[in-house]
Amino acid sequence: MAEPKKITTPLTDDVIKTLHAGDSVLITGPIYTARDAAHKRMTEALSRGEKLPIDVKGNVIYYVGPSPEKPGQAVGSAGPTTSGRMDKYTPTMIEQGMKGMIGKGSRSQEVIDSCVKHCAVYFVAIGGAAVVISQSIKKQELLAYGDLGPEAIRRYDVVDFPAIVCVDCYGNDTYKDGLAKYSKE
Amino acid sequence: MRNLDVKDVKAVVSKLCIQSCCYLPEEVVTTLQAATINEESPLGKEILEIIMKNAQLAKETECPICQDTGLTVVYIEVGQEVHFTGGDLETAIHEGVADGYIDGYLRKSSVDDPLFLRKNTGDNTPAIIHTTIVPGDKVKLLVLPKGCGSENMGALRMLKPADGVEGVINFVLETVRIAGPNPCPPITVGIGIGANMERAAELAKHSLTRSMGEHNPNPKYAELEAEILRRVNLTGIGPSGLGGTTTALAVNIEYAPTHIGGLPVAVNLNCHAARLAAVTL
Repeated sequence: MAEPKKITTPLTDDVIKTLHAGDSVLITGPIYTARDAAHKRMTEALSRGEKLPIDVKGNVIYYVGPSPEKPGQAVGSAGPTTSGRMDKYTPTMIEQGMKGMIGKGSRSQEVIDSCVKHCAVYFVAIGGAAVVISQSIKKQELLAYGDLGPEAIRRYDVVDFPAIVCVDCYGNDTYKDGLAKYSKE
Repeated sequence: MRNLDVKDVKAVVSKLCIQSCCYLPEEVVTTLQAATINEESPLGKEILEIIMKNAQLAKETECPICQDTGLTVVYIEVGQEVHFTGGDLETAIHEGVADGYIDGYLRKSSVDDPLFLRKNTGDNTPAIIHTTIVPGDKVKLLVLPKGCGSENMGALRMLKPADGVEGVINFVLETVRIAGPNPCPPITVGIGIGANMERAAELAKHSLTRSMGEHNPNPKYAELEAEILRRVNLTGIGPSGLGGTTTALAVNIEYAPTHIGGLPVAVNLNCHAARLAAVTL
């Protein structure tokens, strides 16, 4: 396998343009956690004309609901959840300036189109590799929606978080490429 | 008649929750090892190795293999000679689940009202309990934590008898293709055939309690399991859905008598972390 590209957050358009579907990356910097319930609340807040509890501009959102950390751990097991459940909310988040997403699983055409239009990128992490992934998360801070428990918004400071570029800003989708290459049907 | 205190059931359920979430069964590890050797995609091979490393780390640190420690499905086989004492059996099971998820630092993923409130119950209860009464004076408990990434990709269809074997195969393949990367392949494909609507779904889920490497004792169904496994692995979905020749580790079928006019088929997918733990009291 090719050496992974090291990238840092927040992401700039210049960096995003160098990323291509299928590239392995190691992400360093702050990323923000949000999944179903947090996305619902955030988009409801926007529709009421309110501000988001976090500034998403240039930032990466990680679709994750971690298990509780044990004493002495920075974070519990924290692998990606299925991204498709956030598809409904994603174009709105990208319009707010969000530049990257980390999750697992396929995205809708609307999300892919939005990545092209606004120069954003969707990374996938290996589903179910939660302990391996959590080793790259060094620190966490609760930022909003604490009542949602595992679904709250947190900042994770990550070092060399392993992921693969799935949807690039050119509209390529590595899932489609992989399937085309290995399908024997 | 044998007396059994429900406190013992509660303690065992709690332990099984932690054990199943943190320790991947050895047969699953062995199957993953074999798959790594045969996988044609270099990235797929690398992913399978990471999955095994993850299982090893989880075991060493007693941390959940996956953050989604699921809804807790509990199978209890009760010998009819057993008399439970000290309280109510179902309450003891729910309390055991709550203890296990709190003491084991497992994620609480259960919400009370599915549609309106969706408030987290805070202790992963209620468990989904399947009880069967069997001869004898033993009690067998099996805990199957089931994450939603794979659970969401299941499907049920009421086929016609005329659809036959090809109809079943096509429906399963269609379900696996639609699921794609979402259920965290390599998956186990649980299939329930026959009975009626709800029993077909129960059979599909129950087939996931089988140890990996075991096949249906009926040779015709064992052959069908092998054929569906072969065809699922031709889809190209591969490890994590990123392309490859290992889409499923196993296909498990359970079947039951059905109506002259029906052929219900349910498909319940499991992720690569085919977690379960069992004990007999």
